[in-house]
Amino acid sequence: MKPGTGRYGDFGGMYAPETLMGPLTELDEAWRRIGSGPGFRAELDRWLTDYVGRPTPLTFAARLTGKLGGARIFLKREDLAHTGAHKINNTIGQVLLARKMGKTRVIAETGAGQHGVATATAAAAFGLECTVYMGEVDMQRQALNVFRMQLLGAEVKGVSSGSRTLKDAINEAMRDWVATVRNTHYVLGSALGPHPYPAMVRDFQSVIGREARGQVLNSTGRLPDLAVACVGGGSNAIGLFSAFLDDQSVALVGVEAGGEGTDTPRHAARFADGPTGGRPGVLHGTYTYLLQDADGQVRPTHSVSAGLDYPAVGPEHADLKARGRATYVSATDAEALDAFDALAVTEGILPALESAHAIAWAMKTAPSMKRDDILLVNLSGRGDKDVETVRAIKGKGHE
Amino acid sequence: MSRLAGAIEGARAKGRAAFIPYVTAGDPSLEATALFAKTLAAAGADILELGVPFTDPFADGPVNQSAAQRALLGGTTLNGILDAVTHMRASGLDIPIVLFTYFNPVLNMGRRDFCRLSRKAGVDGALIVDLPPEEADSYIEEARRSGLETVFLASPTTSPERLRLIDASSTGFVYYVSRLGVTGARENLSATLAEELNTVKGTVKAPVAVGFGISTPDQAREAAAHADAVVVGSALVKFARHDDVNKAAEMMNELASRMIAGLGLTPRPEV
Repeated sequence: MKPGTGRYGDFGGMYAPETLMGPLTELDEAWRRIGSGPGFRAELDRWLTDYVGRPTPLTFAARLTGKLGGARIFLKREDLAHTGAHKINNTIGQVLLARKMGKTRVIAETGAGQHGVATATAAAAFGLECTVYMGEVDMQRQALNVFRMQLLGAEVKGVSSGSRTLKDAINEAMRDWVATVRNTHYVLGSALGPHPYPAMVRDFQSVIGREARGQVLNSTGRLPDLAVACVGGGSNAIGLFSAFLDDQSVALVGVEAGGEGTDTPRHAARFADGPTGGRPGVLHGTYTYLLQDADGQVRPTHSVSAGLDYPAVGPEHADLKARGRATYVSATDAEALDAFDALAVTEGILPALESAHAIAWAMKTAPSMKRDDILLVNLSGRGDKDVETVRAIKGKGHE
Repeated sequence: MSRLAGAIEGARAKGRAAFIPYVTAGDPSLEATALFAKTLAAAGADILELGVPFTDPFADGPVNQSAAQRALLGGTTLNGILDAVTHMRASGLDIPIVLFTYFNPVLNMGRRDFCRLSRKAGVDGALIVDLPPEEADSYIEEARRSGLETVFLASPTTSPERLRLIDASSTGFVYYVSRLGVTGARENLSATLAEELNTVKGTVKAPVAVGFGISTPDQAREAAAHADAVVVGSALVKFARHDDVNKAAEMMNELASRMIAGLGLTPRPEV
């Protein structure tokens, strides 16, 4: 590895335990050598078209736009990809690569369960063995996805350590990987972790931005003024942003999980200002913004959406923030739940609670924009998995 | 000569491999850690490894994970650990101490302060489990400046080129991970360990310590046949769970003594 490999400004890097350094370097080489070859790209494109159902549509949210009375809102419909979220773009790419590397088994972590389902799906489609690690708290709030993974032939292992959420599932997946790395590929689900993951996951998710950019141009004749996506680890956001980084006229906004508010410690807004926000640190192999206490211990996080409930963030987002190319804001649990309801009744779409954070911010911002402005929202996943959670919350509210 | 290499050399002069016990600092309290340190030194340990607890110890197995969790619940901090080391030194503990830590607590303190304050407290070296030499330039620079020795890991997946880099970055010793996987006891040593250690010994100039999964005197002896030092962690850490810290110290003493005897030496008398 050359110095500066996998860096985004100061952020990123390869802070991995020694046992993983060799395998990560091999993965980097395989992704560069095999993954960039025309044969691999053609095969990946075929899978994305014939299996995932790409391109996903761009929907003009006419009623929501009318109701808010500001910018025209367009939704990039990743919820319509096979398995119901953008996660499949990455898992098909990584599993295809893993198979070419001769791996017979894949493992994954999952928060909301969407990445677990997408990995289990790709593993089934390519005939690989699959184990998914999931925090016990998340297994409860996303019980339907646990069963989906099992139906797809994956083994789901509950993680009872730490906060029993996404970060603990990553810890456990890494523990599995250091022991099994010779035959196993770790399908990391977001644009985080040690190099080459942030770059590779962005690569596989960049199809979102490429399609969306073309679709907006096609239907409106110009670029959007603003592109917004929710940011947990940040893979759907970086996938969307990647196509617009050189279009300086397009403002990029990432929406983090504000939980119970960034004036409380119960949130997952790494970029929040003030004493409860994050600062640079190293977790899971990468140098990035991290929610940590005064002693450098990782702080517990909270979000109504399991997929955003993570204390660190993809390193490229940390750099985009540092360079001022993207802005990071947050939406609270309550705002996301309101947006969930609003999109359901105005557009007939149940968004994932993760994506509802992006919708929430769009709903707040659109009214102050001009009527011919274009606001592009990445609808990263569908909300079927969250119906139980929402019902439980509404039930409580009516008591 | 480095203090760490000197301690390993000292064991060699006695005709055995060095014995390096690991305990998690602050589990169940820093007072208990001081007692364990004293006990292990009296039993004849050559170097003490002190684990700095971290919320997300992804290179550790269940025993060390729960030890870290207990230590953190008890309010253990890196500053607190350095204070405890200062006290241990003041009360006569003289074997070299190596901190085994994840990178974020170090980064949070600042590389320079970590190296400087560790040395000031009486820590001899550090091993940062998620800081490979490729990312360690500025840390190594600070460590050299303050005289903190730097130990790096090598593993069965390490290439010959990287092994040379690890050797060049390490002072004291190179820590060889005996098998793929996290820390914690295993039934058997890896079948290829002897061969791997011979290759490593043939490449690196620094002494080689072997650890991860060594829990019995027999395993220690077997691993020691091909290494300069043996690290034993989880097998000792699990005793710290005992309700009575004196009893825990007794059990550590018993296992450490058997391990050292197995390595070819009778325990030294109590200091």
